[in-house]
Amino acid sequence: MIRLTINGREVEAPRGSTLLQACQLNGIEIPTLCYDPDLRLAGSCRMCIVECKNRPLFLASCVAPAEEGMVIETHSDQIMQARRVILELLAARHDFSCQTCDKNGDCTFQDYCYEYGIKESSFEDGGRRIYTVDDPNPFLERDYNKCIMCTRCVRACEEITVARAINVENRGHHSKIAVAFDGYLEDSPCVFCGQCVMVCPTGALTSKVSAGQGRAFEVDRVLTTCTYCGTGCTLELNVKDDRVVGVSSNREEEWSPVNKGALCVKGRFGWDFINSPDRLTTPLIKENGEFREASWDEALDLVAQRLQEVKDQHGPDSLAMFTSARVTNEENYLAQKFTRAVLGTNNVDHCARL
Amino acid sequence: MAQEYRIVLANAGKIDPASLDDYLNAGGYKSLEKVRTMSAKELIDLVRSSKLRGRGGAGFNAGMKWGFVPETAPETYVVCNLDEGEPGTYKDRTIVEADPHLLLEGMAICAHAIRSKQGYIYCRGEYPFVVDHLNRAIEQAKQSGQLGDFNIEVRMGGGAYVCGEETALIESIEGHRGEPRFKPPFPGVAGLWGKPTVVNNVETFANLPAIVKNGSEWFASIGSPNYPGTKVFTLTGDVVNRRPFEVPTNTTIRELIFDLGGGIPNGKAFKAVQIGGTSGAFIPEHLLDTPLDFDSMRDAGITLGTGAVFVMDETRDMVDVVTRIAKFFEHESCGKCNPCREGTFRSYELMKKIKTGQATPSDVENLSTLSKVMTKACLCGLGQAAPTPILTTLEHFSDDYKRRLLAAIS
Amino acid sequence: MDIREIIARYQDKPGGLIEAYHAIQDEFNYLPQEAIREASLAFGISEAQAYGVATFYSYLSVEKRGKYIIRMCESAPCHVAGADELLKALEKTLGIEVGQTTPDGKFTLELAECVGQCQETPVITINSVPYTDMSPDKISAVLAQCT
Ligand SMILES: Cc1cc2nc3c(=O)[nH]c(=O)nc-3n(C[C@H](O)[C@H](O)[C@H](O)COP(=O)(O)O)c2cc1C
Ligand code: SF4
Ligand code: SF4
Ligand code: SF4
Ligand code: SF4
Ligand code: FES
Ligand code: FES
Repeated sequence: MIRLTINGREVEAPRGSTLLQACQLNGIEIPTLCYDPDLRLAGSCRMCIVECKNRPLFLASCVAPAEEGMVIETHSDQIMQARRVILELLAARHDFSCQTCDKNGDCTFQDYCYEYGIKESSFEDGGRRIYTVDDPNPFLERDYNKCIMCTRCVRACEEITVARAINVENRGHHSKIAVAFDGYLEDSPCVFCGQCVMVCPTGALTSKVSAGQGRAFEVDRVLTTCTYCGTGCTLELNVKDDRVVGVSSNREEEWSPVNKGALCVKGRFGWDFINSPDRLTTPLIKENGEFREASWDEALDLVAQRLQEVKDQHGPDSLAMFTSARVTNEENYLAQKFTRAVLGTNNVDHCARL
Repeated sequence: MAQEYRIVLANAGKIDPASLDDYLNAGGYKSLEKVRTMSAKELIDLVRSSKLRGRGGAGFNAGMKWGFVPETAPETYVVCNLDEGEPGTYKDRTIVEADPHLLLEGMAICAHAIRSKQGYIYCRGEYPFVVDHLNRAIEQAKQSGQLGDFNIEVRMGGGAYVCGEETALIESIEGHRGEPRFKPPFPGVAGLWGKPTVVNNVETFANLPAIVKNGSEWFASIGSPNYPGTKVFTLTGDVVNRRPFEVPTNTTIRELIFDLGGGIPNGKAFKAVQIGGTSGAFIPEHLLDTPLDFDSMRDAGITLGTGAVFVMDETRDMVDVVTRIAKFFEHESCGKCNPCREGTFRSYELMKKIKTGQATPSDVENLSTLSKVMTKACLCGLGQAAPTPILTTLEHFSDDYKRRLLAAIS
Repeated sequence: MDIREIIARYQDKPGGLIEAYHAIQDEFNYLPQEAIREASLAFGISEAQAYGVATFYSYLSVEKRGKYIIRMCESAPCHVAGADELLKALEKTLGIEVGQTTPDGKFTLELAECVGQCQETPVITINSVPYTDMSPDKISAVLAQCT
């Protein structure tokens, strides 16, 4: 443990912590934009700056090691002013359209503008660069008029998904997040996992599938397990008026031990079938080449009867069970048990082995 | 009357830079031989006690910097910073063009101190002819076995001022975008490919053979006690002798400009001098008697920087020059951190507004606040120093600004 | 020489991407898309990263450029020595604006920051060869050397 003074209070932190960790540990909140606990450090947004006695420069707390005896101020006038200037600089390049933005109410940048009282920017005179919003993929909207260049998306794409589809192009004020040759995601190695959307602190990256259907404060987030495959990723179904309107990530290890919020394209964007009118809601039985609706009892009786008939006529090994990754482990267990104990065959397999 | 004193330019004009024999006849590579009889620790102590401080801008004690490299590190690198991106600076080119083996010998001396087998010279993309020149010298030194098992490779930059910053330079050698890393860790602990690395300026390395030859006391006795030795300055702008001068560090700015530089041409009066390159302070007449050493300059609120000396006569308009400089930083910001990426862009915008007579006093206020935040909040030295010309001209040449603002009101 | 061969010469150099880019530019004066793709494969990095590097450096270009790249230094020492007038004269002589290439593909005109020849300002470079102490009346003689 080392001891240091933060905002006049003597506190302790484990050796090797950053100043940000030391603050968080002691209940002191520091604003961060580029910091993400699951990604490599960037130290670039400079929102997390703090003042340290006898150091001429502000320290970016997310990357500065906490040292014995440091005297830190996290919310001094100087620091507050600097953060305000940084926010104003970002605001000057930002298309504030919170009214129609899907991030409204769940936007870190909006939160800080609110907290630091940034109504308008004093640097707007020269206007801002306008980016066309144009990426024809069906899953995610990229609106760089709302981008704050934190590069969390780039790092998530590289480090979590390892698709390496995006990077920073150009230099300085001309820099922008882009795929190679500033093209479309479709023509890149992008797998549309949406990890970039998950980590984006603004509305620059959003889901096209959810667009306009409900904002964070309007939806209930129902923690559940993805039904698509056996990996069993945790996700949150966003529910508004009894309709699923989106999927969000729960990144906490405690709740999402398998995937820490990361998903694939199916889990993140493939939920709209839930409300589809084409979805089957009752069993169907085929008679004379035509399907007709049936009750569950009727359908299950038919299946049981046919299985029995086949087994009697041709022996148990004429039957086989092939199970699906879209059901849970427990259900898969039951299926193989049923196959062996009830049907009496070892012909059992699973699509994940294909 | 101030005079030149040549250490790093001692051979300049006297030997054929293309000839290794010339260099050897002038005593070249003798210091390297001597160093090989010393332990790494003895060598580091020698350099530390000579008080040689970095000539690339930050003025850090060279021996101390080498001392940060862990003794047990199995792999270390020596990197020479030949990026020379500060506008108005051409000293490193001058040294290397005149005496390339001096640099190679200096790097090899450093390699002995940190047990390095591999060196890199990062040469700016503007100097492809210097790359060829160095490659020839390296080949000669290798052929004749002077460098022993120390290998030197030249890498060429691509036209990015920020790559002079040591960690951006390292990123660039690694083949990446030249974006600075946050520090710590410092390169001495984790530099090129994560290995301990010493980055020094050309002029820093070029001082080493003489220090080894003549001893640390000799060196420490030249010039100012806290920043001893000589410094190469390159004169540009409104000054009669626009060329490099190597002078002891207790020479004053006035002596450099008026005695050696020959003063202002065409009978005009002096107005300002910017020292240290485009990120340096604008210095008015009353500070001209400051000695050209790091600490005296710092105490006067100015920076020594790279040794560029850009003189402006009475006809120059500071707002015009600073607007141009603001564009430089807007163009050269790497874009990694917010205050610099957006700040250099907005500073340039505000300077243009002032220059075209459209600014109000509150714009100047804004510019000044932004500038102060940038000096403390930016990630690297580029963004931290970018506001210096603005802040120092606002301080010393406020009339040039006020004139423009009045125009706005009328 | 073909792009793949050029890149292969640098492939085993750690961090040799930028060196490879310089070599490609020596041949083509810019970085064709194919070069960036090939380089990303050769150096085991993503295309997005290879493109990010190519667009970071002022002296690398992903746009086609002329046979002779003229760079006008506009840094402060050259600026006060009359860089603006020289630039106007260059634009007039070449019939193009900064950033453009002459229709015959011979000249590209770019702005540059200090090229380290400020002992004699203003300065232009043509394919990195410096021409110092320039003035509008020297332009035609200098351009005549480009054949
Ligand atoms: C934006 C920026 C540009 C720099 N450019 C150079 C340069 O061109 N040459 C140089 O030697 N040092 C330059 N430096 C300083 C280097 O980061 C580093 O401190 C220096 O190379 C260390 O060498 P020294 O200790 O021998 O001075 C620059 C620093 C910054 C922040
Ligand atoms: S990204 Fe945030 S601040 Fe920007 S428009 Fe959307 S909600 Fe508002
Ligand atoms: S959707 Fe996934 S693969 Fe595509 S850019 Fe985002 S993080 Fe990368
Ligand atoms: S798109 Fe989002 S995550 Fe990516 S840099 Fe912009 S704000 Fe950050
Ligand atoms: S200060 Fe400027 S150059 Fe340095 S890291 Fe930040 S953006 Fe890049
Ligand atoms: S959160 Fe620390 S610099 Fe961005
Ligand atoms: S300022 Fe133009 S060459 Fe240096």
